[in-house]
Amino acid sequence: MADLALTLNVNGTSHTVRVHPLARLLDILREDLELTGTKEGCGEGECGACSILMNGQVVNSCLIPAAQAQGAEIITVEGLAEGAKLSPLQAAFLTHNAAQCGFCTPGMLIAAQDLLNRCPNPDESQVRDGLSGNLCRCTGYVKILDAVKVAAQEGSPR
Amino acid sequence: MIGAPAIRKEGRAKVLGSTCYTDDMSAEGALHGATVRSQVPRGILKGITFGENIPWSEFIIVTAADIPGKNRVASIVHDQPFLVGIGEEIMHPEQPVVLLAHGDRQLLEKARKAVRLEVEELPAVLDLQSSLDLTQVIYGTNNLLKEIHIRKGEPDSVWSQAAHVIEAEYRTGAQEQMYLEPNAMLAVTERGDPSAQVTVYGSLQCPYYVHGALKQLFGLPDDQVRVIALEMGGAFGGKEDYPSVIAGHAALLSWKSGKPVKLVYDREEDLVCTTKRHPSRTRIKTAFDGDGKFLAMEIDFVLDGGAYATMSPVVLSRGALHATSVYGCPNVHIHARAAATNTPPSGAFRGFGAPQSLFAIERHMDVCATRMGMDPVELRRKNFLKIGDSTATGQIIQENLDLGGLLDRVLKEIGYYDKQKAFAAHNATDDPIKRGVAISVFMHGCGFTGSGEATMASVAGIEGLADGSVSILAASTEMGQGKNTVFSQIVAEALKLPVDMVNTAIVDTKYVPNSGPTVGSRTTMIVGKLLEDAAYGLKQSLLQQGFLKEPYSPEAFREAVQKAHAQLGSIKSYAQFHKQPHIVWDDASYRGDAYPTFSWACYAAEIAVDTVTFEVKVEDFVAAQEVGRVVNPVLAAGQIEGGVAQGIGWGLWEDVVSQQGRMVNNQMTNYIIPTSADLPRIRVIFLENPHPAGPGGAKGIGELPMDGPAPALLNALQNALGPLRLDEVPMTPERLLTRYEEVYGG
Repeated sequence: MADLALTLNVNGTSHTVRVHPLARLLDILREDLELTGTKEGCGEGECGACSILMNGQVVNSCLIPAAQAQGAEIITVEGLAEGAKLSPLQAAFLTHNAAQCGFCTPGMLIAAQDLLNRCPNPDESQVRDGLSGNLCRCTGYVKILDAVKVAAQEGSPR
Repeated sequence: MIGAPAIRKEGRAKVLGSTCYTDDMSAEGALHGATVRSQVPRGILKGITFGENIPWSEFIIVTAADIPGKNRVASIVHDQPFLVGIGEEIMHPEQPVVLLAHGDRQLLEKARKAVRLEVEELPAVLDLQSSLDLTQVIYGTNNLLKEIHIRKGEPDSVWSQAAHVIEAEYRTGAQEQMYLEPNAMLAVTERGDPSAQVTVYGSLQCPYYVHGALKQLFGLPDDQVRVIALEMGGAFGGKEDYPSVIAGHAALLSWKSGKPVKLVYDREEDLVCTTKRHPSRTRIKTAFDGDGKFLAMEIDFVLDGGAYATMSPVVLSRGALHATSVYGCPNVHIHARAAATNTPPSGAFRGFGAPQSLFAIERHMDVCATRMGMDPVELRRKNFLKIGDSTATGQIIQENLDLGGLLDRVLKEIGYYDKQKAFAAHNATDDPIKRGVAISVFMHGCGFTGSGEATMASVAGIEGLADGSVSILAASTEMGQGKNTVFSQIVAEALKLPVDMVNTAIVDTKYVPNSGPTVGSRTTMIVGKLLEDAAYGLKQSLLQQGFLKEPYSPEAFREAVQKAHAQLGSIKSYAQFHKQPHIVWDDASYRGDAYPTFSWACYAAEIAVDTVTFEVKVEDFVAAQEVGRVVNPVLAAGQIEGGVAQGIGWGLWEDVVSQQGRMVNNQMTNYIIPTSADLPRIRVIFLENPHPAGPGGAKGIGELPMDGPAPALLNALQNALGPLRLDEVPMTPERLLTRYEEVYGG
């Protein structure tokens, strides 16, 4: 099978890559672009560790075939901070101990960002629903809910 | 600094996504590894054939014949081969037989499926009862991986005189740790004599376990094997012993190819072949006097250890030592056995045997209370251990233990009596939703069991660096529990420094001493205490050599370290664990002080159960514990919340389904762990009672929260639905329906 040539915009930068036709968007991000913040936890769209924003929508990048990423605008966890300045969500995750082992954190931050983009002042059940596609095994979710609530109160523009 | 909510040391990197986990490492020219597994539960390996249409000459192929040293994984018992050789016995369906490496992952997967094993199948033992019945002898002479008796008094003298004798059986299922980061290793090796070097980077809890395993596998001395523990995306015990196998495999492929090899499991492989919580069966017979005071307990505790011993002897030990929970009883006999089956070995998972035996006894307390017409709270209160009492092993409680105070706090917090009354009225209506509230009371032993810590004699140290800051030298690993932060706080407190002047060194066996495995709720209490001692040692030597004068400012300390470093080159201080003279343990008789101390807890669960769908919702959860002094209240609360969530999952949903000894629901899609939509806000309460065994008075907390949720939930189901046969976890809707129909009909 011949390699596939793709152009996509990731965190504001345009990239052209040649990839295996069976590659997933997750592989392109992690291997071709060396953006290893996005994680693989299950490879079947269940855990949400590979969540990214694609054309403004949260998706599991392990389920996106390379071809579908042609021309896409993508935001990964690496695109949340502005230089050394953490985004309000990242800052709240840090101060509230919402990241324990940290492996679900990149996807959780993306899902939370997507939630706040859609719903700037969510109540607790909206946050629970908004994050229910992202599994965390460490926290019991309490500190994550606290962090999202605080970030929402402080405003989380992007 | 102890007691402050210091920010997680590696937290910034984690929220930026810049933390380097094993699969995030790149190595020039690295190959990918894959494992061909047995697929039959028991048999003799007769041959290996390599199928057509695969360019085999491009592949690195490793079999048992390629192993340079000993083909046994170094563990408590050296019984498990890294790879099954031709003519050897296959003991379970996921046993590694052939290793492959190639640069192209897609081709590698095709090749893995093209390897055929010729196996002469043998009859397998697939369940605990068949193993105990010796339908086939598959391990030693009696299928037992370990057997323990704990005896106190004469239970047999009591049964005939007791007012109540109550017997019941309880079961718990396997549970998957489900760390979000699947197992991963990167091996880099160099052949040649005498310069051979095996280096492994990986997701692993216990660097010196892996170090020992690689030494034996390659027949190399200490300094030619190096293990570097990278950041872990969770572990929960699941990366305690199996990483020795994966590290060995990656290193063998690297050794043969001369290239770096990355061996990363995908989720399905990780779930199907790595260790899980031991399934258990507990039979309890208890005698009470007319007032509800314990007269005797006879406990038959059995664990399914799987095909090899791995951690089973010590998991069994911890389970047996927690089997009587927090109650005093004059006559006890605990008979504990871990039996072998032809399934992938069970292993460590947060709690390490204690959740299994505590589930049984804490369910049994409510079963007994109902049968005797007593309030389960009052039955517990009557039998609580207190200072001066002795446990089943004869350990005298030395601390000012106030279980009644802990209990009262929880009852008040959840509104126990008001809810019991309101729910009783509600449950009498024809609303299909029934409600219940109940408790569990339990403890968790801190550190290794019995003489374990004295035998291991761990070492930890601190080092003054050229820039005047302090670095912590310990093999304890970070898996999210917060050891980087907690260790730094302990050392900062001892040296009276701000926490940002103290950091943890990378966990590399070339540089850090063996502070023991990161398991057993021992890191804060045992290793933390060593670090506190090492910190005092460093300060003392700076004072004695005139670099520092008391009182000092952090700046003065920094300058003193800088000056000492410039003059002496290296300033390090180490401390080693020494047996405390007042702690006495006899491993032969299982008598004495089982643990230096215990953490104590009372949990309350409120549930709502739908009697149409049998879905159970956890409405409220209060977790109160006495854990000595809390080093970091925010991190500690996170540990409790996460542990409770895992306990709720084990109690209600997490069901490992096996066929022919093999997990068949080995995907996140059908092995269900709690999501944010499934859990209540877990309410955490710490009662502090500083204990001298730990740094600044701290005890262990890592495993404790796993012990209490399952029995509290099933007790709450009993409160909601009446005395059903609530004898097993996970109590899935299907199981609950069956038990409901036994009592109320279809």
